[in-house]
Amino acid sequence: MQKNLLIFYFLNEVMKKKILPYLFVSPYLIHFILFIGFPIGFSIYLTFHDWNIIAPMEYVGLANYKRLFYDQLFWKSLKNTVIFLLIHIPLQIIVALFLAELLNQKIKLKSFFRAAYFMPVIVSGVVITILWQQLYGFESGLLNRLLIKIGLNKIGWLTDPDWAMPSIAIMATWKNVGLYVILFLVGLQTVPQQYYEAAELEGANHLQKFFKITLPMINPTIFMVVVLSTIGGFSLFIEPYVMTGGGPLNSTLSAVLYIYKQGFFYYHMGYAATLGFFFALIILFVVFIQKKFVEKEN
Amino acid sequence: MKKTILYTVLILGSLIFLYPFIWMLSASVSPENEIGNLILLPSKINFNNYFIIFEKIPIAKAFINSLIVSGTITFGVLIFGSMVGYALSRLEFKGKNLIFYVIVFTMTLPFQITLIPQYILIVKFGWIDSYAGLIVPYLMNAFSIIMFRQYFKSIPQDLIDAARIDGCSELRIIYGILWPNSVPALITVGIITFMTSWNEVLWPLIVIRDETKMTMPQLVTLFAVGGRAESQLGLKLAAAAMLALPIVLAYLIFQKYFIQSMTSSGLKE
Repeated sequence: MQKNLLIFYFLNEVMKKKILPYLFVSPYLIHFILFIGFPIGFSIYLTFHDWNIIAPMEYVGLANYKRLFYDQLFWKSLKNTVIFLLIHIPLQIIVALFLAELLNQKIKLKSFFRAAYFMPVIVSGVVITILWQQLYGFESGLLNRLLIKIGLNKIGWLTDPDWAMPSIAIMATWKNVGLYVILFLVGLQTVPQQYYEAAELEGANHLQKFFKITLPMINPTIFMVVVLSTIGGFSLFIEPYVMTGGGPLNSTLSAVLYIYKQGFFYYHMGYAATLGFFFALIILFVVFIQKKFVEKEN
Repeated sequence: MKKTILYTVLILGSLIFLYPFIWMLSASVSPENEIGNLILLPSKINFNNYFIIFEKIPIAKAFINSLIVSGTITFGVLIFGSMVGYALSRLEFKGKNLIFYVIVFTMTLPFQITLIPQYILIVKFGWIDSYAGLIVPYLMNAFSIIMFRQYFKSIPQDLIDAARIDGCSELRIIYGILWPNSVPALITVGIITFMTSWNEVLWPLIVIRDETKMTMPQLVTLFAVGGRAESQLGLKLAAAAMLALPIVLAYLIFQKYFIQSMTSSGLKE
């Protein structure tokens, strides 16, 4: 009897020390194997195959990669993403920094303004897109009505291939900028007040203080904003899906939208996986370069 | 003078961010021929658009679906995230560091690579058109684990030791002792998880085809791009307003927490 109790106690201790930690992390391990590890492996396997899910898989060697290399639509979608980022990132940084600088002054109602700028961040991209589709309307959209009121010509925000992607980039900036205002505010508050006081004694004006003190000090925040918006930009999907379907003339076809179409319209699983795999490598590469750059800067 | 300019710019800024939402609400209750107007007060307010939507699409069902999906995911992420976070911060075992690095690595992994294989997995599990397909892949996320791990590290070891001496089981320690002392972490993870999953639309578009199983953003998206809104602006805007309402309400109540949570999650990455 006593021996049994002892064994039970011993087992209990072993259980606590040795097995319990693994029990605790097991949900993660299972999740990782099922939804991350296996998919990565299977995705690479799929890139060498042709498959529409129903018919048996067919080995095609490097055909998918060859196809990707000559696929003008894929390169177009990459180009579109780059156009998006080139407009979105600078615009985002300038607007966010400007608003953060204003909010960093001694003002009343600070939390109201902050909350107002933050509003679009929390609302679903679907809502924002439906809303902006109306604002961007050619005949009766609010923006064109405003343009006419001040005596300018109407713009084909979503119908002109040169304007469509910039329009989406402007909308995305409007949606996200509130978050970056807050991040910059946090960054601005880390700048020691003495720096400004010293600069004032030497007669520096507002702009000089901004460019010589503020900007260098919040460099880390700027790079973080760049990395976050890059990842966001590479994930662009619902905006073109709802607004333009990728048109006009594929000018708003984003990479994720293209992967979605290949996979779930045409059921080219092998090719869609190849696109996803290749695209993910590009993202990792870009983010890696950006991070290296940040580390060097600091 | 300087202050006046400052406030003018700030107020103009908030108008730019708020006006479209107010316009959306006002347009959704306006007669169809007045929607193009810039004015916010329609000549006659009617809620017809909202009634029509309830007749045309199962939006109430979609609301419940979204609530079930986002609720379960948030609950799961809190439970599992703190369990794994506890093991990684307070227990000793072989492979602990390896697991931690794997988790950090998965945070940077682009979802584009796993999208297609995950869909195939859901097909093989027979989870197309089911809650499981929407919920299970999201029950766990790297962000929550890292957040809890960090937070639990800041809680004094004495608290845990005392609980152990009192004979508390390890599960009791996590949910009975650490949780009440980790309210900020719970709120942050809870808000971020709930909001991202409430707003998620790509994954539902992929795994759900049956209209009665759709989440709210998905149903509204398909209503807007499909022909069923019959290019009636008011209908689309009313649907969008209904989709926005729950999160906006939550935001108005927990505004401070929303901003704090989103900021800290941005700073983590």
